[in-house]
Amino acid sequence: MPDRRLIILAAIALAAVIAFMTVDLRGNVAFVLHLRGLKLLALLQVAVAIAMSTVLFQTVTANRILTPSIMGLDALYLFGQTALVFTLGSLGYASLDGGLKFAAEVLLMIALAMGLLWPLLRTRMDMNLMLLMGVTLGLLFRSLSALLSRLLDPNAFSVVQMASFANFNTLRADLTILGTIATLGAALLCWRARHTLDIVGLGRETAIGLGIHWTRTATGMLLLVAILVAVSTALVGPVAFFGLLVAALAERLMQTQRHALLLPAAALVAIIVLVGGQTLLQHGLGGASTLGVVIEFAGGLVFLALLILRSRT
Amino acid sequence: MIRIENVSLSHRDMPILHDITLSLEKGGITALVGPNGAGKSSLLSLIARLQPLQTGRILVDGLPVGSTPSRLLAQRLAILRQDGAVASRLTVRELIGFGRFPHHQGRAGAADIALVEAALEQFELQALAERFIDTLSGGQRQRALVAMTFCQGTDYMLLDEPLNNLDMFHARQLMRSLRSIVDERQRTAIVVLHDINQAAAHADRIVALRDGKVIADGTPNEVLTEDNLELVFGYRMQIMQIAGRPLVLQHL
Ligand SMILES: Nc1ncnc2c1ncn2[C@@H]1O[C@H](COP(=O)(O)OP(=O)(O)O)[C@@H](O)[C@H]1O
Ligand SMILES: [Mg+2]
Repeated sequence: MPDRRLIILAAIALAAVIAFMTVDLRGNVAFVLHLRGLKLLALLQVAVAIAMSTVLFQTVTANRILTPSIMGLDALYLFGQTALVFTLGSLGYASLDGGLKFAAEVLLMIALAMGLLWPLLRTRMDMNLMLLMGVTLGLLFRSLSALLSRLLDPNAFSVVQMASFANFNTLRADLTILGTIATLGAALLCWRARHTLDIVGLGRETAIGLGIHWTRTATGMLLLVAILVAVSTALVGPVAFFGLLVAALAERLMQTQRHALLLPAAALVAIIVLVGGQTLLQHGLGGASTLGVVIEFAGGLVFLALLILRSRT
Repeated sequence: MIRIENVSLSHRDMPILHDITLSLEKGGITALVGPNGAGKSSLLSLIARLQPLQTGRILVDGLPVGSTPSRLLAQRLAILRQDGAVASRLTVRELIGFGRFPHHQGRAGAADIALVEAALEQFELQALAERFIDTLSGGQRQRALVAMTFCQGTDYMLLDEPLNNLDMFHARQLMRSLRSIVDERQRTAIVVLHDINQAAAHADRIVALRDGKVIADGTPNEVLTEDNLELVFGYRMQIMQIAGRPLVLQHL
């Protein structure tokens, strides 16, 4: 039953993973492998989380150009970092307990998402209104971050700048493993809901007509999105933008909106782009390795691919 | 049987349905007629739980709409909406296949696949089976949506203006398919029709709605009188009798 295109994608993803682990292996091999393994785990976790959460979010909102970042979770994260640096100073920020910080961040972001979803569940509120509230809150958090940043000294400001891009260089093994487990769990739930998601994608009324309990299903899916985004953001920083390209490319490649194909395709594309891009940047392009750059790079590639594919169909 | 008891609906203080009480027996075709804005679609969407009930009660085979699990209702009742827009990019075959979802929850068996093929054939959609819905003409899409609703295989079918966009040939065909399904398999269809003569020719019962109230209710011969039609549609039209059924000269 596996689709041929999925097999090809999986093969490319595997090649990217192998390249990431083995290219330029020098010095203390065991140590380097350990380090790379940890980084790989984080990359895979982020790839899967971004891919799943974006596909899910687009399906539930019936909108192919949205990403979960519209719910304002990454803006809240950014605001949290800025506020922490502002109140504790860059030294205090640096000496925060990583585990505690991670837990607090995840919980805060999920709390915000629940705050947004609660009215949706209780009073049959319009999904668009929820999105609007998310945008507004996101804007508020961003403005507050900007305001606080202005009051920071240059040193502290650069710490905030660092925190506002995804970073795979200062990973804690235990948190990475914890995040990966959470993401795996959420991804498994997405996968199990793949048939339901096909129906949800038909739109609210049609889905209800086919026996979906809409409010329960939609809020459940959005909560899943929030968990995926929160865990991956708390682990490495905000990367939500990247999901748009992954989801669009997966849909283009698979020519279907069946989630049994779309979900794995999106995850594999994300892995190829993230792990492959990171490998290229680290070894091909001389060690410059911020994920922000990878994302821009990958974004350009994916857009090109999109254009080519579109002109062919 | 579908029982509608004292159902009223309003949107922001604008009344849409007034205290509607109706019993729709199992079996047969009931046509819902009335001018634009009479509340036909609103009534159907309440029966199909697409919007929550404000006052009153609706029972489908004794199951109260609103507190019955959605899936259970979807196995007994299917709705074709007036605005049949589908958000996804799907092929005709995929779309029709989704009609079976309430029964198999995503794991289609051989019987489900056979039913989809039968629906493709019945609605002459085989040639279009692999086409994407958004590449079809309005009438072809309408046929695909009707096929999906039929494929759901429910005892009750609510069809909101199913003849929209259909040419004469396919409109007649659809009403005949509906008739044969209803007769052979003891199904019940509640159909919103704008062509009063389709209702006259094919319905067992006609319910006429205006301003959210039931104005007339009965067999075509009982409902389609000059007085009733003027009350519902606002002008007088001549009525003839052909083969024991009324023929309304609505266009003159
Ligand atoms: N979501 C809504 N909000 C406000 N008014 C509505 C809404 N849906 C329908 N209406 C109003 O309810 C009335 C009945 O609409 P509808 O049931 O669609 O009529 P019909 O199907 O008979 O043409 C109309 O006046 C329409 O404007
Ligand atoms: Mg209508």
